[in-house]
Amino acid sequence: MEAGTVQVEGRAGIVRRAAGAAGARPGATALVILTLLAVILAAAYGINSFAQTSVNGVISGSYIALGAIGLTLVYGILKLVNFAHGDMLTFGAYVALLFNVTIGLPLVVALLVAIVATAAIGVLLELAMWRPMRRKGAGMLQLLLMAIGLAFVLRNGIQIAAGTQPQRLDVNVTTSIEFLGLSIGRTELIVVVVGIAVLLGVALMVRHSSLGRQMRALSDNFDLAETTGIDTGRVVIITWILAAGLAGLAGVLVVAAQGRLSPNTGFFLLLPMFAAVILGGIGNVYGALAGGMVIGLSQEWTTLFWATEWKVVVSFAVLILVLIVRPQGIFGQERTL
Amino acid sequence: MSALAEALPLAVSFDFLTAWDFWIGVGVLAGVYGIFTLGLQLNVGYTGIINFGQAGFMAMGAYSAIILIVDLGIPTVFALLLSTLITMAAGLLIGVSSLRLRADYFAIATIAFAEIIRLTARNARDLTGGNQGTISIELDNDRFYTDGWFEISNWVRDNLLDPIGLGGSEFGSLPLLILVWGVLALLVVVLNRLIATPWGRVLRAVREDEDAARALGKNAVAYKLQSLAIASALGATSGWLLALSLESVNQDVFDPLFTFIGYGILVLGGLASFAGVMVGSVILWTVLEGMRFLDLPLAADKVAALRFVLVGLILILLMAFRPQGIFGKREEMVIGD
Repeated sequence: MEAGTVQVEGRAGIVRRAAGAAGARPGATALVILTLLAVILAAAYGINSFAQTSVNGVISGSYIALGAIGLTLVYGILKLVNFAHGDMLTFGAYVALLFNVTIGLPLVVALLVAIVATAAIGVLLELAMWRPMRRKGAGMLQLLLMAIGLAFVLRNGIQIAAGTQPQRLDVNVTTSIEFLGLSIGRTELIVVVVGIAVLLGVALMVRHSSLGRQMRALSDNFDLAETTGIDTGRVVIITWILAAGLAGLAGVLVVAAQGRLSPNTGFFLLLPMFAAVILGGIGNVYGALAGGMVIGLSQEWTTLFWATEWKVVVSFAVLILVLIVRPQGIFGQERTL
Repeated sequence: MSALAEALPLAVSFDFLTAWDFWIGVGVLAGVYGIFTLGLQLNVGYTGIINFGQAGFMAMGAYSAIILIVDLGIPTVFALLLSTLITMAAGLLIGVSSLRLRADYFAIATIAFAEIIRLTARNARDLTGGNQGTISIELDNDRFYTDGWFEISNWVRDNLLDPIGLGGSEFGSLPLLILVWGVLALLVVVLNRLIATPWGRVLRAVREDEDAARALGKNAVAYKLQSLAIASALGATSGWLLALSLESVNQDVFDPLFTFIGYGILVLGGLASFAGVMVGSVILWTVLEGMRFLDLPLAADKVAALRFVLVGLILILLMAFRPQGIFGKREEMVIGD
């Protein structure tokens, strides 16, 4: 028994030492590291190409973060690792495609329909699948494999319905805006502005509103929240509406920014989104925002010295590195471990 | 009859029942993924660790063996031994860094590992042939990794199979089928023995209650590492056999999604049963490949998507209604919480 305890403490000590100074103020340390990296890269590759890759990084960071919010809320509150979340993004994007391109409605209308439809799917799945499974007291592997099964059904169902041909939304992908020698697509700029505005809105809501407090209470301790009189069923449904609706929005923004859509679009974003979630600390909306930006920036900065095809590998490497060095994330507390 | 067949869009043609080469191919796949899934069974069913990276171990085994044989000209037997050791080293490295994590984090870390391996295989074209497949490095070196096997296979066909009337071209892969199922059967026997030893009992104790095992002075992490190392060796073996059957491989045959074909086999056959893996693999691959003979009014890529929808449904329905699988033992089902 004693040997076991000592061993546990020994490992924790190693982790703390590996994290170094990050132990004390992890957020500040991360910021310092990031700034340092930025200065080095700017010095080595020129301020202009550095700034341009940073702009690109903020663009992808904003939709990764937007997708990561839903993932982190569901993970935090329901302890569900939703492997189907990426395919919820894809679903939203295809709904928008249907209404925007096939039916010919304006993109804004199609976007709203996509958000509503994806939120509806989220609620439907909660009622049909996740709630009954929670009642049964399903174990982690059961839920993980069901989520993966759901991801298979969604993605391949979309593929059967819509085919594998890459598709485009009716958006302007050619006009770009130049300032200070940098260029950003007009649509990309809209994506960043909408993305970050919605992110901050959701973060403020979770932080300050009564509903947000209830959500955080569920995230801390589901049973305790229930005994204090919170209507957990209602909060869970709202969480799904938020998580899935934001996934639908993120899906449309991804396709608007990247200019193309295939049944794999959302799935390819799943691991970067997980990286953002874990980096930011599970259940932490501000964390997901920061984590998404870190992932987006590190992916694009990598293109300064490596071929573009390697940039996704970087986000996976960051994911594993964070899990090893600081599994509770930059902003997470020790207890989330 | 033919008029009837034309009238029914879902008519089934029965020619397939006598298509020997086709069914031998299905048998080879079932055997290869059976070996693959034995590793998952050891990890999930007997040790309680959720390994989502088995496809990555499969890829490492296949690629390292092929590179050793083709690029370096190392004799096949030594190359196989060396590639198994390399893959086990990778398994240990992942285990040492990530096994102390929560089960869900470990699952995410391993799937990220598998995706890194796949992307590296795609991008490191000089080493792996990239999208073109290993055939391109084989042609460059004028050395083919299948050569040694074909010699054996041809000898078996000429001297053993031809005399009993199985020398026709439709039986061309019969020696491979015998090899794969011989290896699989041998491994099932060995693993069953292993699980019955005191070592196996500790493994199951770790699965049931890690703290209790620790309290008895057992080093739980060491046992988990051993379990992971054996699973990665099984993954490497299956990778090599898959490479033999495909004759040239590229990164797509090691897509991390195939890990979940393994989980489909695992839950079909049942947790904590090595023999169940054989049954599960035969059932799943018969259904998946047999779908080719359904005269579905769908394009080929959509039929492929339909197969993955089916895998998804199998995972969802079994986890919801019979999580221990068809032949699994309920009392041995400890799948995390």
